[in-house]
Amino acid sequence: MSDLNKNYFEKITYRDALRLAMHDAMQEDKNIIIMGEDVANYGGAYGATKDLLKLFGKERVIDTPISEPAIVGAAVGAAMSGLRPVAELMYVDFFGMSMDQIANQLAKIRYMFGGQISAPMVLRTQGGTGRSGGAQHSQSLESWIMHTPGLFLSMPAKPNDAYHLLRHALKIDNPTIFIEHKLLYNTTGTLDKNDIGAPFGKANILRKGKDVSIISYSRMINYAEKAAEILEKENISAEVIDLRTLYPLDRETIITSVNKTKRALVLSESYYTSSVPSEITSIIFENCYKVLKKPVIRYTAEDTPVPVAPNLEKNYIPTIEKIVEYTKKVCN
Amino acid sequence: MSNTLLPKLYKTMKRIRTFEERVSELFIKGESAGTMLHLSIGEELGPACVGTAMQENDTFTTHHRGHGIFVARGGDPNRMLAEIAGKKDGYCKGKGGSMHIADMTLGHLGANAIVGGGIPTVVGAAMSYKYLKQERVSVAFFGDGAMQQGILYESMNMASLWKLPVVFCCINNQYGMGTKIENAVGVKDFSKRAESFGLNTLHINDLDVESAYHKSKEIIDSARKFKPGFIEIECYRFYGHARMDKSPYRDESEESEKRKLDPISFASNQMIKNNILDEADIKKIDNDIMIEMDKAMEFAINSPINDETEIFKDVYSENDPLPVSLDEKINKILNN
Repeated sequence: MSDLNKNYFEKITYRDALRLAMHDAMQEDKNIIIMGEDVANYGGAYGATKDLLKLFGKERVIDTPISEPAIVGAAVGAAMSGLRPVAELMYVDFFGMSMDQIANQLAKIRYMFGGQISAPMVLRTQGGTGRSGGAQHSQSLESWIMHTPGLFLSMPAKPNDAYHLLRHALKIDNPTIFIEHKLLYNTTGTLDKNDIGAPFGKANILRKGKDVSIISYSRMINYAEKAAEILEKENISAEVIDLRTLYPLDRETIITSVNKTKRALVLSESYYTSSVPSEITSIIFENCYKVLKKPVIRYTAEDTPVPVAPNLEKNYIPTIEKIVEYTKKVCN
Repeated sequence: MSNTLLPKLYKTMKRIRTFEERVSELFIKGESAGTMLHLSIGEELGPACVGTAMQENDTFTTHHRGHGIFVARGGDPNRMLAEIAGKKDGYCKGKGGSMHIADMTLGHLGANAIVGGGIPTVVGAAMSYKYLKQERVSVAFFGDGAMQQGILYESMNMASLWKLPVVFCCINNQYGMGTKIENAVGVKDFSKRAESFGLNTLHINDLDVESAYHKSKEIIDSARKFKPGFIEIECYRFYGHARMDKSPYRDESEESEKRKLDPISFASNQMIKNNILDEADIKKIDNDIMIEMDKAMEFAINSPINDETEIFKDVYSENDPLPVSLDEKINKILNN
């Protein structure tokens, strides 16, 4: 990174926004450490921690053994003892290895010990399809976290949000799970460090609309924006809402938008059943049922494991064409 | 030279046992929160020797059978019993209960109800101490059941790799709930496992608490110099797994035979034999402890219960809004 001291970037990658967030936070707070598989020498499997070893040394940027439960567990212990770790799980699928430490330990420490202590740490990981990673390297498991009280959950889509949400996560006193998307790292956007940035629990209305609300987060936001452009040409005005954080969840923005548009499509790469979209759909139904003109559509990945073959993988998740098609039907 | 160490260790063991007896009584009186009460009667030697060998600023995590360890580390019996009773004055406001007692100010980083769940916590704590240049050791206490959990070996490897001030302490009471160790373990020599990670090891398999203290202290002192260690203390769980368990899976003859291996009577006999204390002195100690623990039980019973709003507190930081109650959510929908 050559522009460490710049405050405004016309064009920065999602990856560099994250690196910059960790860099700036580590400069401010010497108790922030980074730990995870290949985060130091290698710079992170997706390059999000590249060069941080050189800048901060091996006491603060720590390569760990391939021991996902203990990576999370040790980060919890460090967070309870004065440090503020950023632990990285290379793939969100490795929640399967670490879920005891995430859900039974990290999420419950403040509560079960009666508020005596918290574990202020960030667990960074990435998920999603797009690289033919197969059933164990491509999932979207955010509902596991959303289903676990005690954790903050952030899934930014844009570099500016990625930067500011990570910076916030490293200042607040709650454990935060930060799920990135493997196909977002190379996407670009602006970054304004002077911006107050996205606070937790505040959705972003990326595009105002009056006919239908498309509610989404993470990579699917970019699909929603493209679909909205196409729909506009067909005289359908879609409001695109980027949730940015799933806990806290900005219920008010969702409800206000659907009360206005009276139609909604919830878009996500997660599963259809018992998922984040299921939850958002319930919220819409419970709060907007009087005005709804059509049933709320949950457009998600299929309820199957993730296939590898590129043609299958592409159709396993939502496509822009189908988002357009379903939205038109909802508006019909 | 007068021996003050053995009476001190005796007193700790006796306090643990009397405390656990009061836990049992609390249950009988119908004053305990639930029945998941795991007593450490018969296992007092380990908490007493390792707990005493640790220094004031050292920290620890415990397992579900951890009351004794916390008593040995200075836990206040009043607040402990209040926690077990689910009361407001409990260490965790009655929200943790018997299996999650903790007091961060006394270095107790949490009791854990997941077998092996609290072990990596001490690895992270030790990473902090090393990074922050604090001379502290963190000790994970767990049972023989956790010796069969993968997280232990991940943690041992990290402790060894990063030369952390950590001690892994296994209190081997021979049973994982109702399963005897012979039915759960291929090779019983636990020290060998720890040795293969390059840890200092210590195996205690007798009733001499004083010698166990000295040996444990060596392991802890060496951990303070960044040479992590492993201690196994063999003992016998005198009673069932939890308060309701009558141990139908083992013979009464085994129980009566093994209960003779009592570290407390052993220490008491040693003190008398070596003219450290006489019977009257010991009786006085026992009596004082009884009074202390009776008062603690009374404190727990008389402690107030929580307001129901307590459910929603301590999920997120104090700067965040409390989670909205279901009643509020449902009424909002119905009133719309």
